[in-house]
Amino acid sequence: MDLGSLLTGAISDTLDVSLPLFRVELTLAATIVLVLLCRMLPVLRWLDSGLVALGGVAFALWYAWCDLRGLPGAPWPAVAAAAVPASRELFGGLLIFDPLTAFIRFLLAGFLVLYIPFTKISGIPDREDGADFYTLVLGASLGMCLMASSNHLLMLFMAVEMASVPSYALVGILKGRKASSEAALKYVVYGAGAAGVMLYGISLLAGVLGTCHFPSMAAELGSIVGESPESFYAAASTGPIMVLALGSLMLAAGLAFKLSAVPFHFWCPDVLEGAAAEVGGFLSVASKAAAVALALRVAFGLGWLGGEEIAGASALGLADVRHFAVYLIGLMAAVTCTLGNLAAYGQTNMKRLLAYSTIAHAGYLLMGVAAAVALRGVDPEGCRRAVAAIAFYLGTYVFMNLGAFALVAVLRNQLRSEEIAAYAGLVRTSPGLVVAAAAVLVSLIGLPPLAGFVSKFLVFASIVEAISVAAERPLMLVLLVVGGINTVISLFYYLRVLKVMTFDPPPEDRIATPSTVWLPGALITALVVPVVVLGVFWSGLYAYAQLAGTFAS
Amino acid sequence: MSPADTIAQPALWPLSLIVFLPALVAAVMALPVIPKAREELIRWITLATTVTVFVLSLWMAWPTLFGAVGPAQFTVGEAGMQAVVKRPWIPAFNIDYLLGVDGISMPLVVLTTFLSVLACGASWPITKHVKAYHVLFLLLETGMLGVFVSLDFFLFYVFWEVMLLPMYFLIGIWGGPRREYAAIKFFLYTLFGSVLMLLAILMLYFTSDLRSLSPEQLVASHVVSPALDAAGQADAVAVIRSAKGPIHTFNLLALAQLGQLPNSPFAAVNLWGMSLETWAFLLLLIGFVIKVPVVPVHTWLPDAHVEAPTPISMILAGVLLKLGGYGILRICYPICPGAGLSLAWLVCGLGVVSMVYGAFAALAQKDFKRMVAYSSVSHMGYVMLGLGVWSATAGNEFRWDAWAQGVNGAMFQMLAHGISSAGMFFMVGVLYDRVHHRNLEEFGGIFNRMPVYSGLAVALFFAGLGLPGLCGFIGEVLVTLSSWNYSRVLAVISAFTVILTAAYILWAIQRVYLGGEYKGPHGDHLTPITGRELAIATPLVFLAILFGVAPQLIFNYVTPSVNRQVETLADWTRDIGGKPPQPVAGGPVPAEVTGVR
Repeated sequence: MDLGSLLTGAISDTLDVSLPLFRVELTLAATIVLVLLCRMLPVLRWLDSGLVALGGVAFALWYAWCDLRGLPGAPWPAVAAAAVPASRELFGGLLIFDPLTAFIRFLLAGFLVLYIPFTKISGIPDREDGADFYTLVLGASLGMCLMASSNHLLMLFMAVEMASVPSYALVGILKGRKASSEAALKYVVYGAGAAGVMLYGISLLAGVLGTCHFPSMAAELGSIVGESPESFYAAASTGPIMVLALGSLMLAAGLAFKLSAVPFHFWCPDVLEGAAAEVGGFLSVASKAAAVALALRVAFGLGWLGGEEIAGASALGLADVRHFAVYLIGLMAAVTCTLGNLAAYGQTNMKRLLAYSTIAHAGYLLMGVAAAVALRGVDPEGCRRAVAAIAFYLGTYVFMNLGAFALVAVLRNQLRSEEIAAYAGLVRTSPGLVVAAAAVLVSLIGLPPLAGFVSKFLVFASIVEAISVAAERPLMLVLLVVGGINTVISLFYYLRVLKVMTFDPPPEDRIATPSTVWLPGALITALVVPVVVLGVFWSGLYAYAQLAGTFAS
Repeated sequence: MSPADTIAQPALWPLSLIVFLPALVAAVMALPVIPKAREELIRWITLATTVTVFVLSLWMAWPTLFGAVGPAQFTVGEAGMQAVVKRPWIPAFNIDYLLGVDGISMPLVVLTTFLSVLACGASWPITKHVKAYHVLFLLLETGMLGVFVSLDFFLFYVFWEVMLLPMYFLIGIWGGPRREYAAIKFFLYTLFGSVLMLLAILMLYFTSDLRSLSPEQLVASHVVSPALDAAGQADAVAVIRSAKGPIHTFNLLALAQLGQLPNSPFAAVNLWGMSLETWAFLLLLIGFVIKVPVVPVHTWLPDAHVEAPTPISMILAGVLLKLGGYGILRICYPICPGAGLSLAWLVCGLGVVSMVYGAFAALAQKDFKRMVAYSSVSHMGYVMLGLGVWSATAGNEFRWDAWAQGVNGAMFQMLAHGISSAGMFFMVGVLYDRVHHRNLEEFGGIFNRMPVYSGLAVALFFAGLGLPGLCGFIGEVLVTLSSWNYSRVLAVISAFTVILTAAYILWAIQRVYLGGEYKGPHGDHLTPITGRELAIATPLVFLAILFGVAPQLIFNYVTPSVNRQVETLADWTRDIGGKPPQPVAGGPVPAEVTGVR
């Protein structure tokens, strides 16, 4: 094969296959350019950068919806024929387009469509900072889309960095606020360290396996692990398997940083407390969704080889890899969940409390990931259900957590404070906001009939399924018990906020604030109504979550 | 659309309205259509709603009262599920909007709607945040009614949890001095129980498989609608039985059918030395007995009852405690009969312990309301004992009549306690509204100051005591008689507990109502009973007497359903030879299946 034909092949692959399936990211990139142009060209100065960004994101959402709906087997609204392939590697295997990609992209675009009006209404950023802010948000989102679709270690690293670097700047967007700058610095230092560790892990893995492409890596892994004479854990103290284990642990450290999983969670409370509530909402929702998707990608990409039948020893080797991943993810999940919930108990600042709450929820999500990986080899149907549970969880989490941060922002504008104590007796002046807060917080506890319950129910259901068939039965039982106990623990601190809002008398010196004007009210309603509706009528979203689950076929 | 969607379901609207009308009104009231200041209007709207729901439930339960019998109404004397409503809800998990009533749930539904009307009337003195109070009150009513009519385990769980939050706020905002502590304690205890219940639900769901049921069983459990014609039924059955993978279900009736199969899937699975059936039974039992409550998980109850405002205490004692007993009767035993049989000693033991402990604790109380609260613990112990003796085998003959007597007694005791305890709490509340204290030592001589009130109160307290001729007697006597066949020791203890009950109630009556002159604080506020209070107390006293002299009014409803369930389980016990099935040996999944070395 000469250079010419190679080039033609690459060009046709890029233009005919990859770019059409990459249009969501392209739209986001174009929007970024447009937002920057608006700022540079005096002719376009009058355009509000937020509106430009919203317009671009709306296009991205439409494309993401078309991609999702065009998948084979898409539920309502039914299309005659699938418009896009079920699974396709893009750009020579760097990225992959499959139902999970489409779902997470749609989720991220949908999140942005809700998020940009939220920032406009709550007033951060101001008009001056708008262009910077939306550029950074869109850039980070672009990185998150890539995270959800990466199929190659190099792409993984680039995507993570692309999502992280704008986030560092976003955290520091409140210029002249000491806490904000400090949080940004902390985030940068922590993030740089995590990135370094991850990159080291990537080079170890790439060095031993000779490739960065997930399926090729899985094939190599299977044969190395499967053909080693000793069992996985005995071999893990010497030779290539030790290097592989070390490399994957380092890779996991980088991912855990993005997920804010224990023990790489230390940045999360400080950053979310120092940053504006708007930024906190972005980091805790979008970033988390992308990181969970990436964790699924890595665990499934390295632990499973789809398509053709693989040989016996190789299959056993990959089963060992999955076993290792399940224990790694599962133990991390149990610790993350417990620590997040326990630490949240003592918080007095609402944003810090929500930071620990997101850590705890990362734990629940990782439990789902562990169950999904555990079910991968033994029960494909159950595995798909587990992935669907995670996808559904992420879908509802958008509304729950963005709703929580939106409430913090609206209340900050009203009360000039983000301390829980400042919310005392709020029910007397803003009953509507308190009802919304009750819905959001109770949904975060996971009580019916709210969306958070369904998410938790689905994840627990997957764990129970894993208990009955998977080899990691003891671990799954531990996860189930830990998850149950944590649900009860979490009751304390979420309810404490509601208790302060309703039971406690309002402080004497509260300035009489205007009750919610209609724009913030409409925003909160738009975020809270889905939390209630998805708790009762969850068939529709679940059907799409199931579609996302088919990526594990 | 499957054919099941198109068949007529006459009970769809009546039953859904009974459950959701309160929530609907609450939602409308929560919107700013009615100004907050129109407190009187809000009270009347709530009362009208509860009365409407009560009339609707009465229309269903007692058709002859309203003339012609419609297809949506309840046929007294029929044992099976009636007025079944089935609509697909979440097809991906086979979750249905499945409602229905039988002789066990119908009286409890009417009790709930009836007590809600009275509690709404008792809410008139509430002046703090009237609108919020009534919105939460109506939401609570929806939750309670939903639990009693749901036949789908998922739906049941949703309603079960829906009650928690309104109750938390109702205690926490409108309660007494230690309301915050009491509210969070109530919430925590119940949530702990419900998380365990959720785990059991998931275990049962994933082990269930509708394919192992016969066509008759599928129709009987409403998986396949009995309203379909024969061909339609055969088609639906064929679809289920020809499925490739297992079809899981949340349908409580189907789960019960599965649990009572000779080769029950729940008994076959072994988890750490016990069958899955036993695990599920224990987890569910813990969830339910926290609600009942039994010693040692009863400690939320005295706090919650004492701190809650009077109408909420009435609802708590009258309805919420019954949910636990109902859950055990409807869910634990039919679905996990083997575990019920082998753990009968546990249920009976818990019942007797709470009976005795509650009575002694009541004897020691200085707070009037706390005393009544502990009397609830004691009385609900009878319910547990009555339900527990069910699993007993009388000798080796597997006779069901003795069990049926116990379960009927327990059901009667639940309904009677719903009336007498709600009445007792209301009577304590009437007194507290006037003198603002509940110290038993400082009362005395109320009879002279409020003769009508005291007469009614004493009648209700006697009903609680179990005086023959009043409603408390029947249940206790039936439970005690039936427990004789199970264990003479327990029977003797439960019979002697009646003496303790008499002691604390008579002593309380003596200290509060008798005596020469009231010397406690606020003596000048002891005004005669008002018309509103009379309107709430009189029906309770009337029913306490009516059910005492004519218990068959309740037994007509209860007995057919209870007897059928008991008889089925008795046959089941005989078929398995009186020994619970043992799980097949086998630990975790073998390595050759999972591929992990």
